[in-house]
Amino acid sequence: MSASQTHRTIDTIWRMESAKLIAGLVRMVRDVGLAEDFAQDALVIALDRWPESGIPDNPGAWLMTTAKRRAIDLLRRNKLRDQKYVEIAREIDLYTEDDIDRALDGEIEDDLLRLIFMTCHPVLSQDARVALTLRLLCGLTTDEIARSFLTAESTVAQRIVRAKRTLNAEKVPFEVPVGKELAERLSAVLEVIYLMFNEGYSATSGQNWTRPLLCQEALRLGRILAAIAPSEPEVHGLVALMEIQSSRLRTRINAKGEPVLLMDQNRAQWDQLLIRRGLTALEHARKLGRTLGPYAIQASITACHAVARTPSDTEWIRIAALYEALLRITPSPIVELNRAVAIAMAFGPAYGLQLVDELYGEPSLQGYHLLPSVRGDLLEKLGRLEEARTEFERAAAMTRNEQERTLLQKRAAACLQEGG
Amino acid sequence: MRYMLMVKANGYTEARVKPSEEHNAAMLAYQHSLAEAGVLLAAEELRPSSAGIRITYAKGSEKPEVLAGPFPIDPALVAEFTLINVDTEEEALDWAMRMPIPAERGASYAIELRRLEDKKENSRDPKLFTLEAELKDYLRL
Repeated sequence: MSASQTHRTIDTIWRMESAKLIAGLVRMVRDVGLAEDFAQDALVIALDRWPESGIPDNPGAWLMTTAKRRAIDLLRRNKLRDQKYVEIAREIDLYTEDDIDRALDGEIEDDLLRLIFMTCHPVLSQDARVALTLRLLCGLTTDEIARSFLTAESTVAQRIVRAKRTLNAEKVPFEVPVGKELAERLSAVLEVIYLMFNEGYSATSGQNWTRPLLCQEALRLGRILAAIAPSEPEVHGLVALMEIQSSRLRTRINAKGEPVLLMDQNRAQWDQLLIRRGLTALEHARKLGRTLGPYAIQASITACHAVARTPSDTEWIRIAALYEALLRITPSPIVELNRAVAIAMAFGPAYGLQLVDELYGEPSLQGYHLLPSVRGDLLEKLGRLEEARTEFERAAAMTRNEQERTLLQKRAAACLQEGG
Repeated sequence: MRYMLMVKANGYTEARVKPSEEHNAAMLAYQHSLAEAGVLLAAEELRPSSAGIRITYAKGSEKPEVLAGPFPIDPALVAEFTLINVDTEEEALDWAMRMPIPAERGASYAIELRRLEDKKENSRDPKLFTLEAELKDYLRL
């Protein structure tokens, strides 16, 4: 193996092992920043030695032992002969290098879970939670995080430093919350994963490889979370949503890099394995016997599309019903608008239009170009072309996206032609 | 005798598409006339099956499958019910036939009429006193 090959392998190992490594170290030193430093030290040593010595049989255990030794060295040098040191020393004595991984296997998942609850703690801002989670649980570099969110690297670096400081200052414990707090905190964790996924998914340009990476990492975290918190329906709901959405990643953009609408996508190219995994996760969520939460409902909606062989096979009545359920749990004018479209597809444009008209008084939708776009579409279907044209023109004037404006203007012009 | 008038679910009820103003007014008038006639016990609308949970015991299995909705739209699915107290089956049917249906909709619409089991009251029918006496004889009471 050449040196560069070894480095690539080490990269992969790092991505797989760093979260466990950091989680295990946080358990000992109770400090996210320190834990990350020790893990990084171990990585540096590995990069130095492995090209010569070859990659050990159990690289994860090797890294863990090395990181722990580093921790002890440093603490000794600093003469930090406090409780922390005593604990670490005891941990090290307990395991030899060979069985460290085996011994940790049971605890490792608990550690990961504790770590994600820490990085998604409510004392941190939403942005900080996402950045810190990507850094510590997904092993992404600051640069990768910055590129995937189209922000400056320095901003992300600062965000992470501040987040670690906040966790220390607020003495956020390394533990999984219990009882009523678990539900609230779990929803914060799921939200971070969902944000991460959406950030990657909604990126229209396929140029930047870190953006699909966000989807992958979110899905991976979701799967881990589902394995360690199997009795929470929304965890499975979110995993189902991500699996099914991921099945269309390839077909969402054409060769020219332009987005392809769901109804125009080549369904034969959808990833059937991911769809099956998603449907299984959804079934799992439903079988836990609690009424579906927002993620499971959204997953059910995407599932309706995933199982329809052709666009005309889509079960719009079921989709409309699911939007209604979503609306009941998370009332939002955007969901109302989605529901109106589904109802138009299921029962005819007149029903959809009725709902859209009710939304016109909604203050939060003022200036939202998709409202007149949808209204124009429904009016066009009803043959009210003159009114439809006005709506499309209004929508075109509202949007800031060039591509959308051109499309809306085209539709307005088409109404004019059709109407003679 | 009590009857339950069960309105079955369809796409509109499952997606909660609001009925027209006319239908709402007709429904209100209908319930008003039920109340005026003194037959109305209860009238409720159910949330769509997405807010429901089904517990199914498969044959020979002690462990149920607990499944969250939504469920397929079939004749088993109920959307609303009206509970009335009437004297005859004809009367119950008559009320059921008078229930307004949202005429403007394309979907099929079904109402199922079910009689409630009478409560087993400890009514001592004087005509049966002799039978009671016979029982007591038998038991040597």
